[in-house]
Amino acid sequence: MSMNRRDFLALGGAAIAGTAIAPGIRLIELAQARSPEEAASAAHRWGLLIDTSKCQDGCTACVDACHEENGIQSHGRPATDAQWIRKVTLKDKQTGYVESLPLMCQHCEHPPCVDVCPTGASFKRIDGIVLVDRHICIGCRYCMMACPYKARSFVHEDTTGQKTYNPRGKGCVESCTLCVHKIDRGDGTTACAEACKKEGHQAILFGDLKDPGSEISKRLASQPSQQLRADLKLNTGVRYQGL
Amino acid sequence: MRNVPLHRILTSVVLASGLLLSAAGQAHDKAQAGRVPMPVHTIAQGEKCVEPTSEMRRNHMEKILHQRDRTMHDGIRTKQYSLKNCVNCHADTKTNSVLGKDGFCESCHRYASVSIDCFSCHTSEREAQAAAPAATSSTTRALNSGAKGITKP
Repeated sequence: MSMNRRDFLALGGAAIAGTAIAPGIRLIELAQARSPEEAASAAHRWGLLIDTSKCQDGCTACVDACHEENGIQSHGRPATDAQWIRKVTLKDKQTGYVESLPLMCQHCEHPPCVDVCPTGASFKRIDGIVLVDRHICIGCRYCMMACPYKARSFVHEDTTGQKTYNPRGKGCVESCTLCVHKIDRGDGTTACAEACKKEGHQAILFGDLKDPGSEISKRLASQPSQQLRADLKLNTGVRYQGL
Repeated sequence: MRNVPLHRILTSVVLASGLLLSAAGQAHDKAQAGRVPMPVHTIAQGEKCVEPTSEMRRNHMEKILHQRDRTMHDGIRTKQYSLKNCVNCHADTKTNSVLGKDGFCESCHRYASVSIDCFSCHTSEREAQAAAPAATSSTTRALNSGAKGITKP
């Protein structure tokens, strides 16, 4: 037996890492649930895949769930009410074909809102989520003008009933956070995706774009999909199918 | 005695009684220490904070500021210095809030005339689900009912 102590340990470690605890669950995957002390990591990039062929015209489950989850309240003034996600209806004028899709912050890899922010309030977290740090936001609304998707809203009125995990107030810009509090908690889904699934449509899929084993990556690799305004080369984290 | 004028004796008697009265007043009402009004607030639960009281009184803002950037930008959501944790523990049991005249945050800030910006965005109310379990664990309850009691300002 010529194997020394170091070789033996290395071999043992490799064996443990590769061992399947149960079908579909491996030790290496268990380690991915993040503890509260651990910072977000570049090993992930969170994103959504939206299948417009499954999205029902007239259904607003995702919008309602988002606004409920994040404590967004309407003041009865649609022109200025904050809107983190909205339903957009597209109609082909020649054929009359109508399709409906949810539109929110696309969580770009190269976000124009971050480029134009004069204070650094608009930023991209290391795991690809584009956020507004309201502590630094001065409410200039440059980001709203820069965003090609009109994804951001300005809070015009005093806020009440904020959720503990989503502080929001007058004078700041805000947008979809990809339910960052849920991601940090390890829920592995967003309010909109959850609501759509509950409604039985399953048009919104949340997942890790950097994990080749995730459902979203598998679907993106095997089926056609597209980015909105791909010509801008923003490499969005939200992708669409069936457009 | 013959050399001391009458008005001197009267003055000293008045001063002495004044001192005695103020001492009695102090013992009677700690919050009204002499002529200086002190902020009044109740500490609803827990025996001690995450740091000693003297440290928290002076530097609580630094701790929250540091934590806020770590949470916002890095996604580190530890409880120790989180504003959410402050509110969950310190919110008034009646109003469920740290604001209001006798609220934990507002009473002192109003006294010191320092505005609090936190609650123009953050909720001043305790989390609905955190009301009972997080704060009134068996340990906390034992401490509350124990001989040590709760730390008063």
